Amino acid sequence: MSSNTTAVPGHEKYYVPESSSLAVRATIGLVTSVFGAGLVLNDMTYGAASESSNSVWVLTAGLVFFVLTLFSWFRTAIRENLAGMNSGQLHQSYVLGMFWFIFSELMFFAAFFGALLYVRQFVGPWLAGEGEGGRMNALLWPGFEFSWPPVTTPQEVVGGVDAQAIANNGAFVSQEKSMAPADAHAWYAWLPMWNTIILLSSSATVHVAHTGILAGDRKKFNLWLGITVGLALVFLVLQAAEYYEAYVLFGLTLNSGIYGSTFFMLTGFHGFHVAMGMTMLLIQLIRSLKNNHFTATDHFGFEASSWYWHFVDVVWVFLFLFVYIL
Amino acid sequence: MGDHYHGPATGVTRWLFTTNHKDIGTMYLWFSFAMFLLGGFFAMVIRAELFQPGMQLVEPAFFNQMTTLHGLIMVFGAIMPSFVGLANWLIPMMIGAPDMALPRMNNWSFWILPPAFLMLASTLFMEGGAPAFGWTFYAPLSTTYAPPSVTFFIFAIHILGVSSIMGSINIIATVMNMRAPGMTYMKMPLFVWTWLITAFLLVAVMPVLAGAVTMMLMDVHFGTSFFSAAGGGDPVLFQHIFWFFGHPEVYIIILPAFGVVSQIIPAFSRKPLFGYASMVYATASIAFLSFIVWAHHMYTVGMPVAGELFFMYATMLIAVPTGVKVFNWITTMWRGALSFETPMLFCIGFLVLFTLGGFTGLMLSIAPADFQYHDTYFVVAHFHYVMVAGAVFSMTAAVYYWLPKWCGRMYNESMGKAHFWISFIGFNITFFPQHFVGLAGMPRRIPDYALQFADFNMMSSIGAFIYGASQLLFLYNVVATIVAGERVSDEKVWDGAEGLEWTVPTPAPYHTFEEPPLVPKPAGTI
Repeated sequence: MSSNTTAVPGHEKYYVPESSSLAVRATIGLVTSVFGAGLVLNDMTYGAASESSNSVWVLTAGLVFFVLTLFSWFRTAIRENLAGMNSGQLHQSYVLGMFWFIFSELMFFAAFFGALLYVRQFVGPWLAGEGEGGRMNALLWPGFEFSWPPVTTPQEVVGGVDAQAIANNGAFVSQEKSMAPADAHAWYAWLPMWNTIILLSSSATVHVAHTGILAGDRKKFNLWLGITVGLALVFLVLQAAEYYEAYVLFGLTLNSGIYGSTFFMLTGFHGFHVAMGMTMLLIQLIRSLKNNHFTATDHFGFEASSWYWHFVDVVWVFLFLFVYIL
Repeated sequence: MGDHYHGPATGVTRWLFTTNHKDIGTMYLWFSFAMFLLGGFFAMVIRAELFQPGMQLVEPAFFNQMTTLHGLIMVFGAIMPSFVGLANWLIPMMIGAPDMALPRMNNWSFWILPPAFLMLASTLFMEGGAPAFGWTFYAPLSTTYAPPSVTFFIFAIHILGVSSIMGSINIIATVMNMRAPGMTYMKMPLFVWTWLITAFLLVAVMPVLAGAVTMMLMDVHFGTSFFSAAGGGDPVLFQHIFWFFGHPEVYIIILPAFGVVSQIIPAFSRKPLFGYASMVYATASIAFLSFIVWAHHMYTVGMPVAGELFFMYATMLIAVPTGVKVFNWITTMWRGALSFETPMLFCIGFLVLFTLGGFTGLMLSIAPADFQYHDTYFVVAHFHYVMVAGAVFSMTAAVYYWLPKWCGRMYNESMGKAHFWISFIGFNITFFPQHFVGLAGMPRRIPDYALQFADFNMMSSIGAFIYGASQLLFLYNVVATIVAGERVSDEKVWDGAEGLEWTVPTPAPYHTFEEPPLVPKPAGTI
């Protein structure tokens, strides 16, 4: 057993903040946003109760209030740090908090990857009549054959929603197209590969920025952090271009069966996380440029954002592998 | 002393703006008790309808809303927050920390809960009624055939998930980072250990639940086909994702209960816990196994035989670490100087009834046999033995055990004992007969049943009313204690109690361990 004679005399006081209205304000913001989003979605799907539905305004007000609250929450935390209230132990709490938050985000993506793999490995073949799960094929989806990416849905094969033997919850449109490269010579026109290169480089550039601040070289830090934010933006623009292509040229939509569902959910949530990560990095850049906030030993805001950025990158690697390549 | 260490603020802002782990723990506990009464009221509606065969009081659709909301509110509103409340109160005191690691986030974790449940309960008054698809919300009942209120149900689940994730991150950071010098991992009280492992489970599976409800949301509003075979998806996919969350979830509920029992039984046996290290390893094994057994809830969906076998054997393995725990508790009592105050009574009730629930779980784990038990009242009996006699009994024991420390007043012992016996008898009258009707084929979640089940159902209903009423006695006892209970001032309220929380004054001051304590060598655990 370790000795328990040390540490107590020199123990740093752990900073326990004063009572604060931040949590309640954030609650009001979050709950109003979510309630507003529910109203908007129900108006969309089930029809608005009246012509002049306020749903969008509820959502907007909630979001604005929420973002403002988060802003003042982070500002408070930053000011406390600048005032020297944060001990090394509190810093460790922040480290643990960020680490396990990222882990929970990974598990969120795991649900969608799990869905993708389950569909490809089990559901598709079963619907096409293979294996132990395939006995219903002749009854429900006669003629359906499975391939990945699927070129059609079971519904289309049997002749549309009205010909289905069981109910469904969506009318599917148009044929699906593969997002894989059509032929080898077109590789340079293949957006996902460029996006992979961009995102992987951005992980490298954010690391270079980190080495910059560790060496106390703020110019290097600002430059490479700026490049990272730029790369993130390029990624998002290319992703938007890809979505446009998918929707308009290929007819691949959320509504076009399981391929569209998994494709847009995985890439969409990833894109949303890229946007979040970019915002986080941008805020760190502004803090550095405007307020000179970071030093070689004290730059946790940046460090946490960079971990988040690496996480977004790792998720993309899996995405590229399972959604695009395989 | 800096100016951070004054007493509580006054008025309502004390509770709204607090960053104090004791205040937040208190709010969690009261909130969960309110939800317990609400969910219990829904259960009374269910049992009143089932008092006799035939349609008695409510419409079938409303009955389904009651079973759904009863389950959701009890799991997410009553049991889980009650243990988070306990964690808030006790973990910092048990490990010698001044507060939780991230106090403002702690307050936020609590305050998003009440509006989320308000939103969930408000679905009762929405067009199309509240969700009626059962607490497991299987697709396509929860997608194709769901009422419009499903949107608000989904968002309520999202908020509960956010709350749980923030709460567990806080607990992980607190336990890993805030232990007093000398409080090594293997000296931590078992309640802290079980909560640390529970927090890992929560961080791992609440996001998966969020993913599941997000896919539901997309299927309902954006025409995706995750859970629709017409588009190439599969309703069974929903069940896989749900139970990947759902099975660890049942350990999320029961592991802190194990922790509580492991604190209380040694105190009233006046012996250290038997097999401390094996308790820790058993808890970790249960947590690990919980990730690879989920499909035992789905034996009848038409899985490949290899899957049935894998999940059957993996599930049976859980009996091993759980058996280790049960034997350790019994061995702790063996030749102890036992006394039977209310917390101990509830723990012994837990031990007997939880073990019974564990045995029926073992029966259900046998895939071929489960084809008969699946979705019958046998399952209902099984999980109420582990959820009510397991989690709720241990939670009740915890309240009786630590209440004197919290408020400096002793509860009325004879009323506590009466509460135990009425609960124990009422509980068994309610749920024991459900094993029989289940095995005889009565399906769960229906408002009417065949005549041969009438007698046992009437017994169940009478037992439920007795059990329900006994909780009002509990409420009265707790309130009476806080307002006018006999004062206690001993630091160690119970002569056999061990641990740092019994070294601070009684009632526990608003701030404890602003300076970390020196951890006494045996640390109460080993």
